[in-house]
Amino acid sequence: MMRFLLRRLGHAAFLLIGVSVLAFFFSALAPGNYFDEMRLNPQMSAERLRALRAEYQVDRPMAVRYIRWVGAVVHGNLGFSFAYNTPVAPLLWARARNTLLLTGTATLLVWMLALPLGVWSAERLGRPADVTLSWATAVLLIVPDLALSLGLLVLAVRSGWLPTGGMVSVGFEGFSAAHKLRDVASHMVLPVTALVASALPISLRHVRAAVAEALEAPFLRAAEGHGISRRRLLYRYALPAAAHPLIALFGFSIGTLLSGSLLVEVVMSWPGLGPFLLEAILARDLYVVIGGVLLSTLFLVAGNFVADLLLYWADPRIRAETTGR
Amino acid sequence: MSTRTRLLVCVAVLGALHLCVACAGFFAPYDPAAQDREHPYAPPARLHFVDAQGGLHLRPFFYAQMLRAGSFDIYEEDRTKATPVTFFVSGAPYTVLGVLPLRTHLFGGGDTPVYLLGTDGYGRDQFSRVLFGGQVSLLAGLIGAGLTLSIGLCVGAAAGFWGGWKDEALMRVAELFLALPWIYLLFAVRAFLPLAVPPLKAFLLVVAVIGAVGWARPARMVRGIVLSAKERDFVRAARGFGAPGGYLLRRHILPETAGVLLTQAAILVPQFVLAEMTLSFLGLGVPEPMPSWGNLLASLQHYNVLVSYWWMYLPALAMVPFFLGYLALASLLQGSAVEYKIEGASSGV
Repeated sequence: MMRFLLRRLGHAAFLLIGVSVLAFFFSALAPGNYFDEMRLNPQMSAERLRALRAEYQVDRPMAVRYIRWVGAVVHGNLGFSFAYNTPVAPLLWARARNTLLLTGTATLLVWMLALPLGVWSAERLGRPADVTLSWATAVLLIVPDLALSLGLLVLAVRSGWLPTGGMVSVGFEGFSAAHKLRDVASHMVLPVTALVASALPISLRHVRAAVAEALEAPFLRAAEGHGISRRRLLYRYALPAAAHPLIALFGFSIGTLLSGSLLVEVVMSWPGLGPFLLEAILARDLYVVIGGVLLSTLFLVAGNFVADLLLYWADPRIRAETTGR
Repeated sequence: MSTRTRLLVCVAVLGALHLCVACAGFFAPYDPAAQDREHPYAPPARLHFVDAQGGLHLRPFFYAQMLRAGSFDIYEEDRTKATPVTFFVSGAPYTVLGVLPLRTHLFGGGDTPVYLLGTDGYGRDQFSRVLFGGQVSLLAGLIGAGLTLSIGLCVGAAAGFWGGWKDEALMRVAELFLALPWIYLLFAVRAFLPLAVPPLKAFLLVVAVIGAVGWARPARMVRGIVLSAKERDFVRAARGFGAPGGYLLRRHILPETAGVLLTQAAILVPQFVLAEMTLSFLGLGVPEPMPSWGNLLASLQHYNVLVSYWWMYLPALAMVPFFLGYLALASLLQGSAVEYKIEGASSGV
């Protein structure tokens, strides 16, 4: 167990270091920096600009900047934002919280819908109900989240049923606790719907395929012959047997908690990581971009790690394989 | 229907769709950049078959749209003047596939403009812009996929064929690219490239960025196939006869990857079209005045457009038939690959 854990952790560390080097490498290819725009400002003298560049060390070579940045990471502040003039980590965290609220809810909903629907559909494989559901998921699969969220937005704006954009209404600070909760929840409806609609078909199809395959297995026919109830058969026998690919997929959906909602956030102007990062990209606020990329990679890696652990726990074959070595 | 006929139908439909976009100049009634300042934000023209007297017309007709007096974006149909749609009319010059100069358009409204999908804020015909925008987006997707698959093929073949530490190193780099959240990667790469560039250069830049990002998955697949193919008996035999490595790869090993590459292409093209749309929507991709499916939607980021001019959303649906075609193609190809595999396995035993 320890060896398995250590190997996975080492792998994760390698990936994170690699990604940070890659991000720095791309940044070194970049023409210009945050202070270039200031050259157009007549109140900025050339000396002042040079002083600023020196102060923020953008004039140093890449290797030096990288080492200093690693030092900042070790201190837990992920470098310095030029635009906000503060360390990056608190900025990112404030935005990441909002993103996690959104994507956490959406992911939970996706799996709560995908598991029963997928099992239900696999049980009726090829019958009208299953075919209808397959068509519905195919349609959802084709319409990308950009078109979906814009369409939802148009609908909401024209009907006026739901608030569009942002996370809270004007005057949020003065609301009572229950009112605050209701307000945020009503703002979440649209983005969460868009996220669920774009992620559900993939999970649903995987659940359906995996359970359908498990249902074909001889041991299930035997269990059926023993007269075990249909419900127990589906959820206690077929679903665990089908769990392997689903756990991997679950790990992936944990991994994309920070990166999956980027576009939806921008479209719905949810104050999460997406719009923040886009702004940073447009302003060439280098360390914010690198910090964002690193943070979301951290989530991806952590998601994979969680999936590995779950698989280790759920699948005796993997346990045997890793301890046998 | 057998899989083969389905595949043929699928390819034919997709081909027809792409042809429509490739010959956008013919199907579009107007130049995508031509501005009609008299008709900003005109709603989609309504084609009528039944006139005010209840008479049925086989040839559809429409009424001229007039700005309501005192408003700047509310239009009324001028019911007194019905204009029939005319076909094969002469209009703005264009070139087919960049070589054949023509002036004939499939349809037009004569002197009265006909805007099937309405117009944008500059009075540009949205229908024409969707067709021409498709050229940009689809081409970005196709070239991007081609680029990605070429990189994937080279890396995967090299890793699988050489093996050893080179294989190990290449696959580690591939893992790195797989670990990066790809939309962030897309953004990051784009972030570190110049922002304000002319349209054509921006297009090439976007294609290069999209193409450079996704190579890791196909590379891993190709590597797997090369690894198994290089141990096949006929490859060993050829090697035994003294065939050089390049010949082995070209003649015996790489043809084995064709099926996977085709399937991957059917999956990647819509993904990359979407990537281009995303970048252009966010203002990081192809800029105005060149239309693309992404930047056609960019105006929806303004609240007043979203509220008042719902037809500006219609371009978002343009890619639906294309994506449907590619999805069907991908699942058919995957299905036939599985069939082929099973066949091969049973005949091999």
